Amino acid sequence: MLPFLLRRIVIALPTIVLISVFVFAMQKLLPGDPLLVLAGEERDPETLAFLREKYRLNDPIWMQYLAWIRNALQGDLGISLRTNQPVTELMAQKLPVTIQLAIMSMIFALVIGIPAGILSAVKKGTTTDYIANIVALSGLSIPNFWLGIMLILLVSVKWQLLPASGYVPLSEDFGQSIRTMLMPSFVLGTALAATLMRHTRSSMLSVLSTDYVRTARAKGLTERIVILKHALRNALTPIVTLTALLFGELVAGAVLTEQIFTIPGFGKLIVDAVFNRDYAVVQGIVLVTAVGFIFMNLFADAMYYVLNPRLKGQ
Amino acid sequence: MTDNALTQTTNRSGEPILAAKPENRVWKKFRRHKSAMVGGFLVTFFVLIALAAPILPISDPAATDWGAVRKPPSMAHWMGTDEIGRDVMSRLIWGAQASLLAGVVSVSLAVSIGVPLGVIAGYFGGWADAVISRCTDALLAAPFLILAIALAAFLGPSLTNAMIAIGISATPIFIRLTRGQVINIKSEDYVDSARAIGLPTPRILSRYILPNVLPPILVQATLTIATAIIAEASLSFLGLGQQPPEPSWGSMLNTAKNFLTQARWMALWPGISIFLVVLGFNLLGDGLRDALDPREL
Repeated sequence: MLPFLLRRIVIALPTIVLISVFVFAMQKLLPGDPLLVLAGEERDPETLAFLREKYRLNDPIWMQYLAWIRNALQGDLGISLRTNQPVTELMAQKLPVTIQLAIMSMIFALVIGIPAGILSAVKKGTTTDYIANIVALSGLSIPNFWLGIMLILLVSVKWQLLPASGYVPLSEDFGQSIRTMLMPSFVLGTALAATLMRHTRSSMLSVLSTDYVRTARAKGLTERIVILKHALRNALTPIVTLTALLFGELVAGAVLTEQIFTIPGFGKLIVDAVFNRDYAVVQGIVLVTAVGFIFMNLFADAMYYVLNPRLKGQ
Repeated sequence: MTDNALTQTTNRSGEPILAAKPENRVWKKFRRHKSAMVGGFLVTFFVLIALAAPILPISDPAATDWGAVRKPPSMAHWMGTDEIGRDVMSRLIWGAQASLLAGVVSVSLAVSIGVPLGVIAGYFGGWADAVISRCTDALLAAPFLILAIALAAFLGPSLTNAMIAIGISATPIFIRLTRGQVINIKSEDYVDSARAIGLPTPRILSRYILPNVLPPILVQATLTIATAIIAEASLSFLGLGQQPPEPSWGSMLNTAKNFLTQARWMALWPGISIFLVVLGFNLLGDGLRDALDPREL
């Protein structure tokens, strides 16, 4: 297991370095002099010279990059222009909110997606399968921010069942916290459920046509045991890794979902940063989500290894 | 193939079924695919109304009417009016142009950068492959929408920049897909023979490699247009795409969310339109995948 993981980490390293180069290069896309963005209304030559020195804008670009990455490695991603807080501190504040949203969404996704996928594979070609497929494809095609708006209209405005927006920390009021997150996580979860359903279906279908499933049926096991004990176990291996990989989609989906339901999480942070021209925060978020995604990838590889005994011999 | 289809083909063209061109076979399979036809119909419908926007008998999408602010659907305004009295249906039809354009342009950009890079990486291998593949991995690590939002933020908000941002974010998908396809195909016997008889590399690429990698790319492009249309709507919804007063489905929803209780119709129609056109491209893509798959007849 260890050599396998080490090899993976060695492959991931250049990718992480490249991501940091891309993220750094993004600020060079800014039209005009970045200094004027930093200085704001201030046009005093002395201030400009001070800022130029402070942000090393006189140095060659590769030295600027090295200085930036050295700080980043020490957990210093710069200071938010808007709040004057360190970017890392800002992200650490918002992360728990998005993690709660992500976990609740994932529960919705798994609870809807996997049973629907199994059902549609077992009943392949029937009306059930057909309907499940249409629902899944519709789930993939509905923009989730619009689904959010429609749910607010129905559940909050018309039926007045759940709060339309806001966020209560779990530690403050557990019940209320879950209630406020219910709709956003449903919106985010259904989008992932569609992807999960389609993959579970195809994985289950390929397992159902294997010899060992035929053997299990031939020796007279009930269909229930064949499906739940023999087929499902094997069909779910790729799904476990897929779930880890859906992390990226979760974070991206959180951007719009948090915007709609005014949840002060990671996604809202990036949108606010974009509008406040708080570029250090934007860069920090892209860097952290990308590196986070690579670690989820490593985790997925490790899970695949653990769940797939055939790999252990290698 | 059923007997019926066999006789039909023989009767109509007078040729045996084996002589049917692959394109005809694909078209036939595609036509039998009901959901793909539905997808094709949806896409054609939206393309037609987007193209016909200037000649349709609808009111000016920018014309405001202070006497008809946030009016529910009526005979005069079939889909109601918005917060400054503009006709929602007219803005919806003109907005179709922005959405479809964004989908097609950004995917064309992604294909025209991604496919050549994928061919280079896959065919030549070596250090070119190493560099291109590592860059692809790095770009793929950032979630699609996060990357697009960040790029759009740095480039500045406009429809053109949104298309560039979405196009760049979608490029790595095409690099990776093309590379994989080319690696599979270049070890085929017919490519070896082409090399053995001394054909120049550009000719091998254009005559033998490209035509064989195109089908999966076509499928992926269709599905990516669906993703790109949602991405454009998302960026416009956040205020990073099409700028007001130009109409776009995303920016219409952005305004609509401020008037949810007073004017529901403002949020209803743009959302349904995005849903239908995206569903159309998804159905079309799924159908094309089945039709182009040579393994099943």
